[in-house]
Amino acid sequence: MRHLISIADLSREEALEVLATAEHMAQTQSRAIRKLPTLVGTTVVNLFFEDSTRTRISFEAAAKRLSADVINFSAKGSSISKGESLKDTALTLQAMGADAVVVRSGSSGAAHLLAHAGWIDQPIVNAGDGAHEHPTQALLDAFTMRRHLRPGDPHTGLDGLHVVIVGDVLHSRVARSNVLLLTLLGARVTLVAPPALVPVGASAWPCEISYDLDAALATGPDAVMMLRVQHERMVGGGFFPTAGEYSRRYGLSAARAASLPEHAIVMHPGPMNRGFEIAGSVADSPRSVIVEQVASGVFVRMAVLYHLLATDAREATRDR
Amino acid sequence: MTSHHPAPETGAERSRVLGPEEIRRALTRIAHEILESDHGAEDLVLLGIPHRGVPLAGRLAELIARAEGRPEGSDLESLHGSLDITMHRDDLRHNPTRAPSPTRIPAAGIDGRTVVLVDDVLYSGRTVRAALDALSAIGRPAAVRLAVLVDRGHRELPIRADHVGKNLPTARSERVHVQLVETDGTDAVDIVRPGGRGPGEGRA
Repeated sequence: MRHLISIADLSREEALEVLATAEHMAQTQSRAIRKLPTLVGTTVVNLFFEDSTRTRISFEAAAKRLSADVINFSAKGSSISKGESLKDTALTLQAMGADAVVVRSGSSGAAHLLAHAGWIDQPIVNAGDGAHEHPTQALLDAFTMRRHLRPGDPHTGLDGLHVVIVGDVLHSRVARSNVLLLTLLGARVTLVAPPALVPVGASAWPCEISYDLDAALATGPDAVMMLRVQHERMVGGGFFPTAGEYSRRYGLSAARAASLPEHAIVMHPGPMNRGFEIAGSVADSPRSVIVEQVASGVFVRMAVLYHLLATDAREATRDR
Repeated sequence: MTSHHPAPETGAERSRVLGPEEIRRALTRIAHEILESDHGAEDLVLLGIPHRGVPLAGRLAELIARAEGRPEGSDLESLHGSLDITMHRDDLRHNPTRAPSPTRIPAAGIDGRTVVLVDDVLYSGRTVRAALDALSAIGRPAAVRLAVLVDRGHRELPIRADHVGKNLPTARSERVHVQLVETDGTDAVDIVRPGGRGPGEGRA
């Protein structure tokens, strides 16, 4: 693993290795001293062109728990807002001695461009690029699901599980990364969305697509993942008739949650629109693992940074 | 710690240093030494360093329990565990990434107790240094000791073992290859000397 751009670049073995390492990281985080010396002397740059709270803080916490230095670089208040290009930003970071760059961008493909354009030769971690992918979110979701639905064995996949992902699939990089990862790990995925919020080409994805939430929930899924309706990307509107109708047809109400199997968990990548795509009482119910997803995020990102940074890939191959 | 990969047999010469019986005797002696130096197993915790230190710590715990006259099959979980050191190594950047192994500390913890670190081979001492660092993140033992099956010399740090199964003078180019029933199906310690072709990989 040289970069983490897309789940599609991972094999099942690599994905399971990251999850196993994340379990180990979780174990170290229950100790008296939580900081590990592993990445001491390395610098991780968080390059965020888009607003983000939990992903940036999560990456920052993960890097710091491994003793890396962290530089936060956000578009607001930087030369990006003066019109500097991605290329010049990359060259600057390279010159400053960044050892890894975590990038969040509104443009699909930004992370891939940064990794492969030859501007910078450090590992790149995609922290969300447009409507393309958000691989660490999918890894933390799989990690959380495994802990609840396949407890005990840190090397097992998600074989045989059924996961329903509901909502604004069109704008969701979380949905795309999750479809790829969950199916890679052996789960069956059903996407549920209003027709206008299903992306073109989704029929080629390795999952089922439904427009009827109640029918999908009636099949007794093991996990239901609600997606945030991304109003800020719905310029012009017209994706669904009214907010009320969306909430009625695609929101996870208390009644819908009550119809789920006893063991089923409810997830949301955050930030939530309470009372819209998910009822507040469901988000706070015992079957909701939404807060735990945030904790898992730190463990998974520690694992990813460890795999990308602990070994200098060029040096290790040269020595052998 | 020696390389844990099977030896590249081409052109290499292998000689047996310890067989199953000698390993059993060495561990029995170490178990008695540990008991004598600490006046009983009351506050003792044996922590194996993955991978081969872990089964060795388990065997020592069993031998100590037997020597103390504990009933056969009594609970040893409180006496031994494992301590992963991957995140504390100083040579991570130069080696292929390895997935960490689990750390298992007995429920009573290590604060105020005597911890005996257990490994198969003592070589540069860097593994033990990493283990000491890992330990300090978990608690504050009253004392830390080191037990190894084989001491092959060539220390790079001021570290020595308290209990040694076998002192084995080696050349740096040689490799010490330890096999245990639990991990490899057989008990044996071999020295592998590089043949005419290619350098040995006897690194720590």
